[in-house]
Amino acid sequence: MQEYSYASDKEINKSLLKDVLGMPKWWLAAFGSLLLVWLTGMGAYGWELNQGMGVTGVNRPVYWGFYITNFVFWIGISHAGIMVSAILRLTQAEWRRPVTRAAEVLTLFSLIAALTNIAFHVGRPWRLYWIGPYDFSRGIWPNIRSPFVWDPSAVGTYLIGSTLFVFIALIPDLAAARDRATGFPRKIYAVLSLGFRGTPRQWKLQAVAGILLSALVLPVFVSVHSIVSWDFAVSIGVEGWHSTIFAPYFIIGAIHSGVSAVAMLMALMVWLWKWDKYITPDHFDSIGRLLIIVATTWFFFFALEWIFALYTMESAEIALREWQIFKNPMGPLFLVFMITSYFIPVPAWLFKKVRRSPMGMFITTILVNVGMWLERFLIIVPSLQRRSPLEFDWGSYAPSIVEILLVTSTFAFVGMGVLLFAKVFPLVPIFDMKEGVRLRDEIQVGRRSVPATIRE
Amino acid sequence: MISSRSVIALFKDVDSAADALDAVRAGGFESDEYEILTGTPYPEGAFGEDEPKHGLYRYPLVGAACGFIMGLIITAGTQLAYPLVTGGKPILSVPPMSVIMYEGTMLGSIIFTVIGVIIESRLPRVFMGAYDTRVTEGYIGITVTTSEEKISKAEEILKKTKPEDLKRGWEQKDFD
Repeated sequence: MQEYSYASDKEINKSLLKDVLGMPKWWLAAFGSLLLVWLTGMGAYGWELNQGMGVTGVNRPVYWGFYITNFVFWIGISHAGIMVSAILRLTQAEWRRPVTRAAEVLTLFSLIAALTNIAFHVGRPWRLYWIGPYDFSRGIWPNIRSPFVWDPSAVGTYLIGSTLFVFIALIPDLAAARDRATGFPRKIYAVLSLGFRGTPRQWKLQAVAGILLSALVLPVFVSVHSIVSWDFAVSIGVEGWHSTIFAPYFIIGAIHSGVSAVAMLMALMVWLWKWDKYITPDHFDSIGRLLIIVATTWFFFFALEWIFALYTMESAEIALREWQIFKNPMGPLFLVFMITSYFIPVPAWLFKKVRRSPMGMFITTILVNVGMWLERFLIIVPSLQRRSPLEFDWGSYAPSIVEILLVTSTFAFVGMGVLLFAKVFPLVPIFDMKEGVRLRDEIQVGRRSVPATIRE
Repeated sequence: MISSRSVIALFKDVDSAADALDAVRAGGFESDEYEILTGTPYPEGAFGEDEPKHGLYRYPLVGAACGFIMGLIITAGTQLAYPLVTGGKPILSVPPMSVIMYEGTMLGSIIFTVIGVIIESRLPRVFMGAYDTRVTEGYIGITVTTSEEKISKAEEILKKTKPEDLKRGWEQKDFD
């Protein structure tokens, strides 16, 4: 049975703008706690900048550790937002309405968090501009054959595209905020809403822009994680990385972790902002069903990656896989990764009771993201750690406290970003919710009156 | 000097607003003189208005072309500016160039689409004109913006349709 709330436009404005125009009691405490965690991380970053990369655990041959793992993880999370928003818009899925913006905002802050990991990872972040064609005085230009030049072009395109996507869809809601706000905030909303009045022309352009931008952002979304996977896959000298299946495998992994993060955010929106009127068990049910398909597709690609690696029976590849599964500390981590990313959540989502429960979805999707973080770690570190021919350095990897603090700070950063956005802008699309109510009607089926959705 | 004035009538339901729009049209006002304002999108033609025409689809194509050219200039230009022959291979390496040109193409089309949405929506609008904040609360506004001589007639027509509220909007003076 579908559950809908029939709220008037005035009620929708009031409930969705309440925390934008006012200050929820819990907000400052939540934001302050996250800020503290983030500042601790920034303190650690200051220490790293001052002392150099020696304060981290990375060293030859394991030169990529927690930061790159975390970079790939956040790029993955960032994929869900636009994927959920764009695909659901294109397919006109009704349940998209309350979740699209939160998903898009998660994309924005995850992307920024991912980029900060690159700044943490490079020894001299003040020279990051070398990836751009700027160095006129030396006459030496970026080597475009390197995936490290493809990466910023793809991530930059995705970040700019996602930001513009969010802004365009936000304009009507900024107008609603402008009409309710007073004083200085009203002036800010008036400028940001660009004088939007809600003429049929403006609404038509909004609808076309939603479809058009979704169609344009989706290929970018596919390219970004493909290119991130090529950071690994084009290295021919590292077993475990040089795989042709990496691009689709990374994309589906990103969707798995990202859609899970959206479900987690939906649960938080229900608990923190009390939006259970808009985000109902039906929405959790829908995203739970979607996750079963995504997780199983991801598992198929994971299995394929292993099958292709082992099929050739090459000793180096087999040695790596043995390292990943049977040796400490990778073996136990692999077990945790498998259990948390697939074998607990997917069987749980087969039960309607779990899918319709915010708590059930919250716990299972957190497990997925623990597993997916470990997945990236298990791809990156064991491949570098394994002793290979013509390699003169032996070494293991253990993250330092600086790395742990910085990785933790990125989670705090994304949390702060979403909280800050929700304080300034409506996190649930107001006009979309109103349209949903308007395009809905009751129809009689036998003796029962059930909700029907009218689609344009 | 030509001056124009505007008036807005607010209605609670779609049928009354559609009737008011019919009355305005019957009163001899042209489509560029009246507007419907709503706080949420309605199906096209719900008020009997003309379908808005736009040229948005041109923008992403122009943007894609610009982005592609930029990508080509950056990738080919930087390689030709420092022509280092490696392993006897050609200076211009097309596969990696195509990655950056692809991103440039998509970035150009996205940026131009957004510019197109703003321009085609007739935004930014400095003067709000006849507007009422109740529009975003669910009221439907019918505005008529016309010459000073015809504004009283528009007001009379709208008054007869029994709106919830009727008020004069802004005044614009164009000097010629």
